Formats: sequence, structure tokens, C-alpha cells
Amino acid sequence: MIIRSVILQSATRLLVPLLVLLSVAALLRGHNAPGGGFVGGLIAAAAVVLQAYSCGSPSARRLLVLDPRTYLGIGLLVAIISGLWAPLLHGQPVFTGVWGTFAVPAVGELKIGTPVTFDIGVYLTVLGVVASMALELLED
Amino acid sequence: MSLLLAAPILIPLTAAVLCVLAWRHRTLQRGISIAGAAGLLASAVALFQQVSASGPVASQMGNWPAPFGITLVADTLACIMLLINGFLAVCIVLFSLGGIGQRREAGGYHALVHGMLAAVSGAFVTGDIFNLYVWFEVMLMASFVLMTLGGQRGQLEGATKYVTLSLISSMLFLSGVGVLYAVTGTLNMADLAVKFAAVENSALAVSLGLLFFVSFGIKAAVFPMFFWLPASYQTPPPVIAALFAGLLSKVGIYAIIRTFTLIFSHEPQMVYTIMLAVSGLTMVIGVFGAAVQTEIRRILAFHSVSQIGYMLMGLAVTGAAVADGLPGGSVAAGASASASTSAVNAAIPEFAVMALAGTVLFLVHHAIVKTNLFLVGGIVLKLRGTTVLARLGDLYLTRPWLAVLFMVTAMSLAGVPVATGFWAKLVLVRAGLAGGEWIIVAAALGTGVLTLYSMTKIWSEAFWKVTPDAADLAAAGQHPTDEAIDAADIGPRGVPIMMTVVAVMAVATVALGVLAGPCYRVAERAARELLEPQAYIRAVLGPTAGRPASASEPAPAAASAGGVPSQR
Amino acid sequence: MLLAITVGVLFTAAVYLLLRRSLLKLVLGLVLIGHAANLLIFSSVGVRRGRPPLIDEGQTALAAPYTDPLPPALILTAIVIGFAVTAFAIVLLRRAYQEIGSDDLDDMRATEQ
Repeated sequence: MIIRSVILQSATRLLVPLLVLLSVAALLRGHNAPGGGFVGGLIAAAAVVLQAYSCGSPSARRLLVLDPRTYLGIGLLVAIISGLWAPLLHGQPVFTGVWGTFAVPAVGELKIGTPVTFDIGVYLTVLGVVASMALELLED
Repeated sequence: MSLLLAAPILIPLTAAVLCVLAWRHRTLQRGISIAGAAGLLASAVALFQQVSASGPVASQMGNWPAPFGITLVADTLACIMLLINGFLAVCIVLFSLGGIGQRREAGGYHALVHGMLAAVSGAFVTGDIFNLYVWFEVMLMASFVLMTLGGQRGQLEGATKYVTLSLISSMLFLSGVGVLYAVTGTLNMADLAVKFAAVENSALAVSLGLLFFVSFGIKAAVFPMFFWLPASYQTPPPVIAALFAGLLSKVGIYAIIRTFTLIFSHEPQMVYTIMLAVSGLTMVIGVFGAAVQTEIRRILAFHSVSQIGYMLMGLAVTGAAVADGLPGGSVAAGASASASTSAVNAAIPEFAVMALAGTVLFLVHHAIVKTNLFLVGGIVLKLRGTTVLARLGDLYLTRPWLAVLFMVTAMSLAGVPVATGFWAKLVLVRAGLAGGEWIIVAAALGTGVLTLYSMTKIWSEAFWKVTPDAADLAAAGQHPTDEAIDAADIGPRGVPIMMTVVAVMAVATVALGVLAGPCYRVAERAARELLEPQAYIRAVLGPTAGRPASASEPAPAAASAGGVPSQR
Repeated sequence: MLLAITVGVLFTAAVYLLLRRSLLKLVLGLVLIGHAANLLIFSSVGVRRGRPPLIDEGQTALAAPYTDPLPPALILTAIVIGFAVTAFAIVLLRRAYQEIGSDDLDDMRATEQ
């Protein structure tokens, strides 16, 4: 199903990049502030659904580049690895938060830890699940 | 330790993820699937050895201390359930190499099976009641999709009933969790055992206990709430039905056992009277339902209901005995909160332990035997393209080994000596007699006879009689073609591996029956741990647990700190 | 009080919808019963105004009167799960509707006999 509207299509061209940016922002600020992987993933999926409604689901699949299921798989894998990081490398219980600080050129110090990577995994999983459900429903 | 406890969840989960990533590569998916199932079994064996050596073990996920974070904990019962899970996983995955059919395998079958296995493991090892809810939901989601895989009309109808009833039961569970939290201020099951015993309001305790009983009872398919099970288990391919019959209803029973020995351990006699009545009616109604059916999978589905009654019977006899031993039912039974361990021990009669051990034995027995019978049904369907008894025949002539394996398994189900079914029923019946519960014992024995009747019906119709020829069938009226198998998949290809799996499981039920002594000792240890949960509570809360001081602490904000997976 | 009544009304409405024969009302009933359960958890520990469970700047522990943050966390989880389950239920019932060609649950007779 495509809604053939020039207004919607022009708006989509503007909105999709914005939504994707917003989703990443929500993901990254989510550790201590409202937001997080789940919300971020939903916003990103909303961008995909918007694209699918205005320009058709093939174009939404092109936007995703990979199959939605791949996002789901990679996301879960990232989450599992973040859970296993502590027991395998530090001998602590599963899902213990491990933090490290890295110097990144031109940015400064980057503090990153397994809760963040877990959230990234959640983000990808939610994006994959919602996008695949929505696209399958649209194409049905 | 932490890894060992998490492994039964993480191994199948990883396998599921890898199967999703290898979506279009069937051979690769099969390899991952077999490796994942074998890994699950290996981790269950390792955990069982650990728990046998050192008693219950626990680990705090994310290193959040006990009543606040999510705890993983394994005692002997959880380990036995994990062993069943691993064993069935290996059998089911190997069987499905021949028995699932191409179309469904391409629809993500392996990923879904492993997703479900991970959730079932999670439900067995979690020590947090809300986390139990989360695992239930994950398990249900995977099972919903498995049940509808293929999308035939019957499957959709069966799934509609299953989904509706499951969701209602989940919401009852969720409401119960909410009220439980309001009453006690904790969700950790060991902590609940300590704090719920101190709840004064006995009416609240009873109604909460029954709310959980109803919720888990729907999932386990006990008497008034079982209608969804025969309607839905007959529709998917038999290998999926085998997985459901072997594992899903066990999770419901496991949850009843866990909550009623740990949290609701001091319910008054009335609750157990209800439970006894329910178990008896479940047995009898289930077996009568099976008696009138004329299709293999429907017969087996109704028998699943009937057998659930036996598992409940053991728990009810135990509960009634424990409640009897306590004046007015007001003192915590087997519990935790009381300081004088020896006094509590004296209150539990020997047959109470025996009844619970019988339940544990029956769980193991039923998981193996019922799964195997569904798998035999799967082979029949694969060979003949139908499981309607009227259209079958001659299987003894054409497939003598299949007939032998069916006979062994069916006799085990009916409780003929040597195999596991006999010992499980013997223990339950003896415990029932010792407890003076004559009616339930009569129901159990009568159900055994009727089970034998249903099994001989399958035997004589499918294996013995001459296959009716096409003209007779046409005269008898049209049967619709079976939706659970695609026409392209009918035929003997892949049957050898299916036969091997069925043979292994048939040998397992006989072997465990021959080794009844050691098996009973393990089951008895599991029962004792359940009835005297101090070791479990100490493993979770630390050696000082159970003192009044720790019971009066309010739940601080740490409980909701980030990084706990279930909150996403 | 108001919350308790709302929970009661939601449960009542959900049960009524679940008992209807229409597939659509079945879905709505499932959605409502989920909301009712969530609201029950929310109201279970009491609702306090203006007491967010946030640790003030420079402090290490919460100041005494605060709202218990656990029930909202539980509800959040339950909502997420409910979202997935509802999405599945809608897809399933839509497929069932297409296959059976009727909105009436009484037409689902293939599995009875």
C-alpha cells in the first residue's frame, strides 16, 4: 500500500534522516536520561515505516540495506556478547557492567561499557523486529 | 558458576540468533541447531553434577545483590528439568531433520525451536518471579509462531484458542505478581518465601495462591481450563506437538510446584483439597476425552491432559499432608522463616516427600514418553500422510520395529512394569494410600486402565488391522487431507533417523525404569530440597538469610537500576 | 480510589469483550486486559505526587519519601511484551479471518469433533 502524495513524499525525504538521527540520539542519551535502545529502535523503525508508506516497501528495504532479520540477529548477538563480556574476561557474573575509557582522535575521551553495547543490541533488535513485522504486513 | 547457570539459556539463544543470521542456508541451520541442542544438554549435565555435589547454586545477574537484582538459581528439581529440556532438544532437533517438512523448515523452524528452548531453560533457572513471567512470555511467543508455522486453517483456529487462553493466563499471572509485590515489597522468590510467610492476612494468602494456581493451571492445562490443549496440539506437525507436550505443559507444572513449595507453602487445607479434586478430574476427564477420539494426535493430546493430573496429584497429596501436620495451617510449612529447622522436619511425614518425589518422577517419565508417542505419530504421518485411525492399518506388517517401539512406549505410558511409568505411578499411589487419599488413588488406577484401553485402540487400529482399501474409505465418507504435512514430504525419505530417535527414547524410558532405584533417590533429594527450602534460600540470599532483620528492610531504589536485561 | 475503579472497569470491559464472538472484540479484549493488569501493578504500591525516585545532586542515596520505581519498570517490561504479543495476535486473527472468511468465533469448528 502506498499513499501517493507529493507532500508526504517530500516530507519523507526530510523526515527520514531526521528520525534516524533522533533515534541515535535517543539511544545514546538513554543511559542516564529518558531514551534508550528500545525507544531509539522504535523511532528508527518509524522512519522505515514512513518510507514504506510514502514510497513503497521496496524503497524501505533499500533504505535498510540489510534484511530486517539480519538486524534482529546482529542485535541479539551484540546483546549476548555484552552479557558474556564480564564473565569471560573479568570473572564476574553474567551481565555485569564493565566500563572502559578510550582516547579517540579528534573527539576526546570516549567512555563506553557493556550496558551501552547491550543497548545498541536492543536498538538493532527492536528495529529489526518492528521493521520486519511492518514490512511483511504491508506486502501481504 | 555464573556462566554455568546462564549457559542453558545463552547456548540455545545464541543458536537461535545464528539460525536467524543463516536464514537461507538450510544445512548450516541444521548444523547450528544440532550443536545448540547438544550444548544445552552438555550444560545441563554439568550443572546437574555441580548441584549434586554442592547443593543449590545461585548467581546474581549483573552483580546486583540478591533481593534487588535478578537471581539465577538451580536446585535439584531445576537441574532435572534442564536435563529433560536438553535431552528432548537433542531428540526433537534430530527427529525434525526428517520430520518437519521443507516449507516449515525454511520458515525459521530451527530459530524458533531454540528460542523456545532458551525461554524454557530461563523459566527453570530464574529465581525472580517477574523474570519468570518474562520467560513465560518469550516461550509463548516462540510457541505461537511454531504453532502457526505453515498457516493452515486448522492451525490458525487452534492457535487462536491457544493464544487467547495463554494471554489471559499471563495477565492473571501479571496481576498476581503486582499484588504479591504490593503485599511483600519483593519479587525475588527466595525473599518472597521469607516475607510471604510473615503475611498475616490469610484470606489474601489463599486468594493469591489460587490466582497463581489458576494462571499456571491454564498453562499446564488442568481440569476446567484444558480445552485449548486438545484443540491446538492436534494441528501443527507432530514434531512440534511433541515439543509442546514434552516441555510446555511441564513449565506450567514446574511453576506450580515452585511457587507452592516456596512461596505459598503455608496455605490452609482447603487449597489442597481443591488441588486434589482438580487433579482427579483432570485425570478422569482427560482419559475419557481420549477414549472417544479416533485420531492418533487427538488421543495423545487428551492423554497429555490426563497425565497432568498425576503430576498435580503428588503435589496436592504432599501439600495436604504438610497442612495437616500444622495446627490450623497457620505456621509456615517447610519454611524458611522459622528458626527451628528440626521442628519443621518433624512435621513433614515421609509419604509427603514420597508424593512429591513421585511427581518429579512423573514429570521425567511423561516428558520422555509423551514426546516419543507424538514422534511415533509423526513417523506414521510421514509414511501414510494421515493419522486418522480408520485410514491406517498394516503397520505391524510393514514396519515391525516401529510397532515394537510404539508398544514399549505406550505400555510405559499406561504404567506396565519395568518402564518409568510403572514406578512413577507406584510411588504416587503408595504415597496416596499412606496419606489416606482413597478417592484420588482410585481415580489414578482407573485412569491407568483407560489409558491402556486407548493405547490398545491405536495398536489394533493402526498397527494390526488390514488397511481399508480405497472403495471402503470412499463408502465411509471423505476425510480431509492432513494439513500438518505437505504432500511433497510424504514418503519414507528421512525415516531412518526418525526411527533412531524414537528408539533412543524408548530405550531411555526402559533404562530409567530399570534404574528406578538411583532415579528415585535423585527425585527424593529434589523433593526434600523443595520441602525444606532453607538451602535454596541460603544459596540466593547468603548464609544469614531468614533472620527477621533482613526481612524488614524496605526495597530501595537499586532494584530498578539499569543494565538488567528483562527491563528492556 | 480512582485508580482502583479504573482497574475494575478495565477488567470488566475486557472480560465482556473476550466473551463476545467477534474476532475484533477478542483482540480489543486482550489489549484491555493487558492495560488492566499494568494499571493494577501501578496502583499496587500507591501513587505519590511529585516524588520521583531520583538521587539529588551530590547525594548518594534517595531522600526518604519517594515513589517506588520498581512497578513502573515492571510495567515498562510488560508493555513491551504486550506490544509484541498484541502485534502477533492481530496478524494471527487477520490471517484466521482471511482463511475462515468470518468474524465469528463460532465458525471455528475445524478442531472440534
